Amino acid sequence: MASTQINPTRMELNKQKKKLVTAVKGHKLLKDKRDELMRQFLDLARENMALRLKVEEGIKNANKNFVIAKAGMSEQILNTALMAPKQEVYLETGKKNVMSVDIPVFQSQTRTADANDIYSYGFAFTSGDLDGAVKSLADILPDMLRLAEVEKSCQLMAAEIEKTRRRVNALEHVIIPEAQSNIKYITMKLDENERSTQIRLMKVKDMMLEEAHHYKEREYTAK
Amino acid sequence: MYKIAVVGDYDSIFGFAALGLDTFPVSSRKEAEEKLEALAGNQYGIIYITEDVAAECEKVIEKFKEQLLPAVILIPGVSGNTGNGVLGVKKSVEQAVGSDILFGSE
Repeated sequence: MASTQINPTRMELNKQKKKLVTAVKGHKLLKDKRDELMRQFLDLARENMALRLKVEEGIKNANKNFVIAKAGMSEQILNTALMAPKQEVYLETGKKNVMSVDIPVFQSQTRTADANDIYSYGFAFTSGDLDGAVKSLADILPDMLRLAEVEKSCQLMAAEIEKTRRRVNALEHVIIPEAQSNIKYITMKLDENERSTQIRLMKVKDMMLEEAHHYKEREYTAK
Repeated sequence: MYKIAVVGDYDSIFGFAALGLDTFPVSSRKEAEEKLEALAGNQYGIIYITEDVAAECEKVIEKFKEQLLPAVILIPGVSGNTGNGVLGVKKSVEQAVGSDILFGSE
């Protein structure tokens, strides 16, 4: 039954009926939205996990290489070598709308086109291990950028899916049943009123007949 | 035009400087939180952060999760992989689906 008292009137009945229609329509739409979001999200999540494992493995290897490089030369020389980077990475960001969720699209740009500009040092004082280490990190960079894009999208979509799911559940389990029970309550009440009015009219008719013709319908029918 | 930042302990991130990413070594929790806030408001589109440092300033990272930019992405540090990055992916699946149906068995 309705938690709050509602007036059993025709106006209220119409209102509740309209509410029910809107709720059912909204429920259907939101459910479709949730399903589509979920489908895309699962694909994205799978890609996210694959990329993450790959990137983590790559960074682990790169870190290993850097440790070896560091061991082979003095810290000052290493610091100096990496102090003034030649290369710079810029990010061009756009956004894509997937089922009303804005997800970012990253496009990276490097300042110089030369792939060798990642080596910001002369080769005289640094060990060859450092070159390898920097190279291994540079190789993983495109995957890292893609990971950033995918992981951010995943987070945003997860939040949206959660919201949508709650809305769908609220409509399905609260709003729609409530409207239905309200409609039922009002129709019952109106029918009840109608019946009581009818009985009252019959009673009045009886009384009037009795008064005018001393005619007792009840006694007559009882015989 | 956005830039890319890397935040973490110096040993884990100094290599990224060679690639042209901006590195910001931090050593304390307070420093890390302040750095993150500052970077987010300063045209950085992606912030890579080592798992160790990220574990200390979860609150700030949580705040950026709902925003379009910046994307805060965990990377393993030089001391090894703590598994927090993978956990993050699982968490978002859990948030969306209700339970981890994709990677639960791994």
